Amino acid sequence: MNVYEMTAYEIREKFLNGELTAVEIINSIFDRIDKVEPKINSFVNLRREKALNEAKLLDEKKARGEKLGRLAGVPVAIKDNMLSLGDKATSCSKILSNYESIYDATVVAKLKKEDAIIIGTTNMDEFAMGSTTKTSYWKKTANPFDLDRVPGGSSGGSAASVAASEVPISLGSDTGGSIRQPASFCGIVGLKPTYGRVSRYGLMAFASSLDQIGPLAKNVEDIALTMNVIAGADDYDATVSTREVPDYTKFLNQDIKGLKIGIPKQYFVDGMNEGVKKVIYEAIEKFKTLGAEIIDVDLPHTKYALPTYYVIAPAEASSNLARFDGVRYGYRSENSQDIDKLYTNTRTEGFGDEVKRRIIIGTYVLSSGFYDAYFKKAQKVRRIIKQDFDRAFEKVDVILTPVAPNTAFKLTDVKTPVELYLEDIYTLSANLVGIPAISVPAGKVEHLPVGLQLMGKYFEETTLIKAASAFEKIRGKWELPNLD
Amino acid sequence: MSLSREEILKVAKLSKLSLSDEEIVKFDKELNDILNYINMFNEVDTASVEPLVYMNEEVNNFRENEVRESIEVEKVLLNAHIHEENAIVVPKVIGE
Repeated sequence: MNVYEMTAYEIREKFLNGELTAVEIINSIFDRIDKVEPKINSFVNLRREKALNEAKLLDEKKARGEKLGRLAGVPVAIKDNMLSLGDKATSCSKILSNYESIYDATVVAKLKKEDAIIIGTTNMDEFAMGSTTKTSYWKKTANPFDLDRVPGGSSGGSAASVAASEVPISLGSDTGGSIRQPASFCGIVGLKPTYGRVSRYGLMAFASSLDQIGPLAKNVEDIALTMNVIAGADDYDATVSTREVPDYTKFLNQDIKGLKIGIPKQYFVDGMNEGVKKVIYEAIEKFKTLGAEIIDVDLPHTKYALPTYYVIAPAEASSNLARFDGVRYGYRSENSQDIDKLYTNTRTEGFGDEVKRRIIIGTYVLSSGFYDAYFKKAQKVRRIIKQDFDRAFEKVDVILTPVAPNTAFKLTDVKTPVELYLEDIYTLSANLVGIPAISVPAGKVEHLPVGLQLMGKYFEETTLIKAASAFEKIRGKWELPNLD
Repeated sequence: MSLSREEILKVAKLSKLSLSDEEIVKFDKELNDILNYINMFNEVDTASVEPLVYMNEEVNNFRENEVRESIEVEKVLLNAHIHEENAIVVPKVIGE
């Protein structure tokens, strides 16, 4: 078996037992990247020399008999909105096209401390705003299952890099579905943790009350392994919970007899692809054979999640992105005679259309005269949506839905902003409510993967891992494209 | 509610963005489509509902006030377009 075909767990085992050196692992990974990257374009920056050097140091550390980390020798890709000291991080925006990180994001520091090797940063929608990865300033990424289609977004490069077997695991960020939807489109597993489970220090902020970092991987086991490393309290992010981090791997391969799974009728509506619906119904039947109890639940305010999200997320973004003014970092427009022109020209030239659209909407809903009608109203509806979920979780342990109404669309498809936003309807609620949610490959429509989503109670990533791991077994082997 | 051309220009100015005539026409339609969709949430009765503001379960995480290392000045200036003597250079701010 080639190294690139292995999971993180397998690579780590073979490194620890001496079957593979870290240098062999990294060389094999870069051979694979050289071969498939021209077709896929997952990465915007590769750490080729640095990664190889770190691998050599890791082999020496092992030779000295020192204690090795929990991800020893495992190659990891990170999204381009996460900081890694001395590396480029651009959020795939022109405005940060020359930005070099001056510290490690907490998640990156944790990966490095556990002896993982960072391979590079991955393509994304500019500032994580999008569901196709097409709004990147740098390039377009292809879906490994169909090179004419999008990988989803905004963590499209992170998803494609795993699906193309360029890395076994990657990190993404999820503000309204940006880990789960690309995971679904690319036929891999993606977890958005509970708000406050993983530190956001060193993640470029999009919408601070919604953003969460999470792992993408070939299987649920690697998700658990990665969560063990990245979750937990952080002095640099006061919104992270001080709750103890459980050993997520203990929830793999467990019996789920009696697990109560809620099915919300509001998620099975018109406009959903019939093939997707069929795959999800078949998955529900599989859960039944595992002894899970299927229960109808009501989430009556589901249709208001999209309007609520598209007030709160742009409002927070307009505030967060105010820092990009051409002064302290990033692109600066030339020939601006005064400071106001410097700000305006820099931002006008530096931001892409979707980012501008959201800044304008966000500024509008926060502006005097409209604050109560939009922003405050959205915060109130947000509470009502949360109450829907609180009530549903009195009856069930997890809620099962599709991840997206359709499979991956064509790279050439042109959609209006509202049409694109509607693609997020099943994933937004978990961010608005702050609960964890996982996307697991459930089947295919023609040759395109379909993910099922499991949403859980606060801090019960454990239950999601348990249910997803059990499902993965009954679903059977899942092949990733070889791309030869 | 919908956005007029004047309102778009005003909000763009507040956002420190300048829009071309073409962009104004394009954004006018797109932004109004988005706002029309958003307005759907006015169907929800929120008269007796408190806004949901804080998502984290712990409101404050306190720690002892202690001296710690922070990022060196050289690193802070690394990404600044132009800097001199530990300061970032910008166009003249004070008028003649």
